[in-house]
Amino acid sequence: MKAGFFALWQQQSWEHQLLQSRSYTLAQAREALGKARLNLQDFQALISPAAEPLLPQLAAKAQQLTRQRFGCTQQLFAPLYLSNLCANECSYCGFSMSQKVKRRVLNAAEVEIECLALRKSGIDQVLIVTGEHERKVGMPYFRQMLPLIRRHFSSLMLEVQPLSETDYCELRKLGVDAVMVYQETYQQNAYQRYHLKGQKADIGWRLDCPDRLGRAGIDKIGLGVLFGLADWRTDASFLAMHLLYLQQHYWQSRYSLSVPRIRPCSGGIEVPYPLSDKHLVQLICAFRLLSPSLEISLSTRERAELRDQLVPIAITSSSAGSSTRPGGYAVDPEALEQFSIDDSRSPALYKQRLQQLGLAPVSKDWESYLGR
Amino acid sequence: MLTLDGVQLNSALLLGTGKFASADQLVAAVQASGTELVTLAMKRLDLQHRSDDILAPLQQLGIRLLPNTSGAKTASEAVFAAELAREALGTNWLKLEIHPDPRYLLPDPIETLQAARELVKRDFVVLPYCPADPVLCKRLEEAGCAAVMPLGAPIGSNQGLQTLAMLEIIIEQARVPVIIDAGLGAPSHACQALELGASAVLVNTAIASAADPVAMATGFRLACEAGVYARHSGLATRCTQAQASSPLTHFLETL
Repeated sequence: MKAGFFALWQQQSWEHQLLQSRSYTLAQAREALGKARLNLQDFQALISPAAEPLLPQLAAKAQQLTRQRFGCTQQLFAPLYLSNLCANECSYCGFSMSQKVKRRVLNAAEVEIECLALRKSGIDQVLIVTGEHERKVGMPYFRQMLPLIRRHFSSLMLEVQPLSETDYCELRKLGVDAVMVYQETYQQNAYQRYHLKGQKADIGWRLDCPDRLGRAGIDKIGLGVLFGLADWRTDASFLAMHLLYLQQHYWQSRYSLSVPRIRPCSGGIEVPYPLSDKHLVQLICAFRLLSPSLEISLSTRERAELRDQLVPIAITSSSAGSSTRPGGYAVDPEALEQFSIDDSRSPALYKQRLQQLGLAPVSKDWESYLGR
Repeated sequence: MLTLDGVQLNSALLLGTGKFASADQLVAAVQASGTELVTLAMKRLDLQHRSDDILAPLQQLGIRLLPNTSGAKTASEAVFAAELAREALGTNWLKLEIHPDPRYLLPDPIETLQAARELVKRDFVVLPYCPADPVLCKRLEEAGCAAVMPLGAPIGSNQGLQTLAMLEIIIEQARVPVIIDAGLGAPSHACQALELGASAVLVNTAIASAADPVAMATGFRLACEAGVYARHSGLATRCTQAQASSPLTHFLETL
């Protein structure tokens, strides 16, 4: 296996970062806030408890950087769930193997129906999502479905099980523009505790996945943590470390960040380390200062009134009208959802709201011939 | 006056059309700027579904369009985008931009020169966005580009003419128009570029991200007019010392 972030991660101590992330003073946070180029320590200072009084200034700077880099625009996308089959056992997820739910894998005709329904609602950028089931929803399935989906949309993102570099090279040629692989948590013990079975239990395979994406020349690499599983400041510090590492190694890829917080699901868990709204704002803004070119997306997991406040500050892409069920748009709107969503506004309604907020909704900003 | 492909443009200001909060705001800024040429990213156009349409309002203004190849990381992708643009918009004018580095969006000199050669062969009027490298600019000129578009600073950075020393050489040596593209953050930067002898400037972020984009577009229009006037009326030479009104050599006239 080629060396990747996993090797670097193994040299780190979670406890050290945990203590470090709390050790900053207000003066250090102020200094970080004034810098044009931030390093990991500056980022940690901005997410530290000491930086909390600086939140208004942090948000103002994050907004200024976002407007400068991305303009007064907001990219729109919607998830397209193809399957809820899963060979993993993640104790916080409604798709987990042991959950007694009706499983479904969309066939070609059903995928076509879903695509047409999404297209009709004005969506031109989709995030294809499946549960992680290598045997039934692996490369042969993707080879069949991706070209069908590609015809309908200008940009395809993928959130499925981590794959090999060779597979990613092939997927890129089949039309994949972006791949999201969320680490969930960088803390080994928590990771093993929540990911009990399946390939997902192999933390190294997942940690090195963005390296494989970078080597395969995937245009956009999506990173993220499922906030709530472990201490948020420490997880965010590792996420920032991962981002800085990747930007240096794979300079031709774009990076995007998701900041999901655990949502209730059927058979779900109590959230051990909740991330408050206030800390979510602090986190998002600190990432904007760390990397002005970073795309930051916000899903419909978050409630509408919070999204309407966060989006104009530092978010560059958001989903609308989402269904988290396979077939949920048109084939079978009653199927089981992966997690419950909180902002159920339609794409049309959401676009209207963005315009009121002074942001131009952008449905299309890519072409199928780019990045192949 | 800027002449491209035999077409005379009275305004020395080119405008980018990205980043505006709405199509109405874009149109108002375009009008206030007095520009006669606006760039348009092919990847943003949805010719099939016409969603979030910015093309129709620009076409209604009757303004000349300069499609760009933004998003392309290689020469072949840029050439593909150029052909699509020609077919869709009916113009062979093209702003060639290839930036494989998504973080700073810096242009790739190697792929850009390669694409420029190919596009000239295919009868495009090529305006390449390029690093402020005087040798590369001569190469692009020799390849048959209609102008060169060296950067003042990274796109959207509002830093002004950071590459000043190189821009001066490029302007001195060029036999095609030099359009300073990228990094101009204030009307004074545009004015400075035109005073230096640039034929035109291209601005987007500084206008689109301003609190009042229409007023800022007006500011850039006036600055560009001032720069052109200054250039054509003969700028006074700077001197590091005072010029004595009674020179030391005055005695020569009394001998």
